[in-house]
Amino acid sequence: MRTRIAVAGLAVLFSLAACGANDDPLSKDAGGGSSTSSSTVTIGSANFAESELLAEIYAQALEAKKVQVKRQFNIGARELYLKALQDGSIDLLPEYNGALLSALAKGGAPQGVTTPDQVLAELKKVLPSGTEVLEQSAAEDKDTLTVTSDTATKYNLKTIDDLKPVANQLTIGAGPEWQERYQGLKGLKELYGLQFKTFKPLDAGGPLTVNALVKNQIQVGNIFSTDSSIATNKFVVLDDPKNLYLAENIIPLIRSTSNNPTVSGALNAVSAKLTTENLTTYLAKVQVDKQDTAAVAKAFLSENGLS
Amino acid sequence: MNLNYLFDPAHWNLEDGSIPLLILSHLWYVVLALIIGTIIALPIGLYIGHTGRGSFLAINAGNAGRSLPTLGLLMLMVTLLGLGLTPVLIALTVLVIPPILTSAYAGMRSLDPRVVDAARGMGMRPWQVLTKVELPMALPVLISGFRSAALQVVATATVAAAVGLNGLGRLLIDGLAVNDYSRVLAGAIVVAVLAVLLDLVLALAQRWIVSPGLR
Repeated sequence: MRTRIAVAGLAVLFSLAACGANDDPLSKDAGGGSSTSSSTVTIGSANFAESELLAEIYAQALEAKKVQVKRQFNIGARELYLKALQDGSIDLLPEYNGALLSALAKGGAPQGVTTPDQVLAELKKVLPSGTEVLEQSAAEDKDTLTVTSDTATKYNLKTIDDLKPVANQLTIGAGPEWQERYQGLKGLKELYGLQFKTFKPLDAGGPLTVNALVKNQIQVGNIFSTDSSIATNKFVVLDDPKNLYLAENIIPLIRSTSNNPTVSGALNAVSAKLTTENLTTYLAKVQVDKQDTAAVAKAFLSENGLS
Repeated sequence: MNLNYLFDPAHWNLEDGSIPLLILSHLWYVVLALIIGTIIALPIGLYIGHTGRGSFLAINAGNAGRSLPTLGLLMLMVTLLGLGLTPVLIALTVLVIPPILTSAYAGMRSLDPRVVDAARGMGMRPWQVLTKVELPMALPVLISGFRSAALQVVATATVAAAVGLNGLGRLLIDGLAVNDYSRVLAGAIVVAVLAVLLDLVLALAQRWIVSPGLR
């Protein structure tokens, strides 16, 4: 019995070591698909509600212009869907200019680049070959430091700067990546001199973080600026006077082979109408009122004269 | 992906987030869940096996418990109770109960009824029949259930990291979040080795506890 288990243990170790020899497990063809016929535009999205809503809006805007569309939503995180875009499994995606720049630029986004125009200019330098971005919209969804209104009143907080004298009494919650990101704890320390009491690794602006804030298990949380939970729970978003967080304007990322005047015309018209306010409103219809994404996208397009 | 993270001595000191401390916190969740799960499941399993009553309930509750997704249950508990150790322990205990419950029941039912009858015929009281005859003879099956519970929970305790606790899941979740596959691999290997070691220890314990006549 004993030897059998030991042998099994060794086998496990060897097979793990064997997979250690390979490179990045995601580098293998993620989608496995070759590109579809050039007349069809395959639209992808990340695995969260806002990205899916935007992708659906793009899809219906293109369909209104008689472009053939295939939906390939809910793919996953940026690491995955960028590979799918590069191998041609998908042709078009809604993206965020700042986050995309941080992911593509070596060593993250260059410091000092924060406004939408600066970010777009830098982004165009690092886009993978064969892909391009169309016009960016005014709508932004960025990282924020958010507190409850009770916490804000108690410590008189309006900006991230105001946290400085009290940060050592507060617990901050965010996605685990914040521990190592410049746009996380590192930047908060370097730029604002903040040293929090503890860091709780939770989810990226998701329900865990919201819940922990409401229950006061964390006092400061990373919530995305278009999240309807900010209004629902009367959270206070702290201003970022030193621009730690990049601009995060929504922008269509497309394979050059799928780009033509009809497609870019339809998508640029969408970008022209998108604002942070209307995106927040329509996203709340999906997240709070639990309406169907396709119906919400349709309502957005018809109310903005795009259908 | 490589083994650099695992073999970097800086990750084996005793500072916050080092591998030895993560192993300790991981084992702490495992041991707590096993203790609570055994306290709940063992008496019920033994009672059902001893009396033969409620076996329908035992089997179905066991199977239903097995099919509950731990991560989903954990998220539900966190939504209801907030962050902390309690929701994690509830989710892991639900995982521990089915194998222990069903193996206690199965162990008791697998006994030769003539042996139990003989024990009764010798004038043993029900309590004596249970502790001196049924329980020792059911031990091999019972311990194998406990071992499978321990293996499952050692692998699944990684979910604790998904709700801000420690444990070896920290290596997996933090590694995935920052694209550090070397760290993910280190977490996977340590969990696998820990599971094998724990099973070895329990196998030795089984040898020591079970009566030589039953081997």
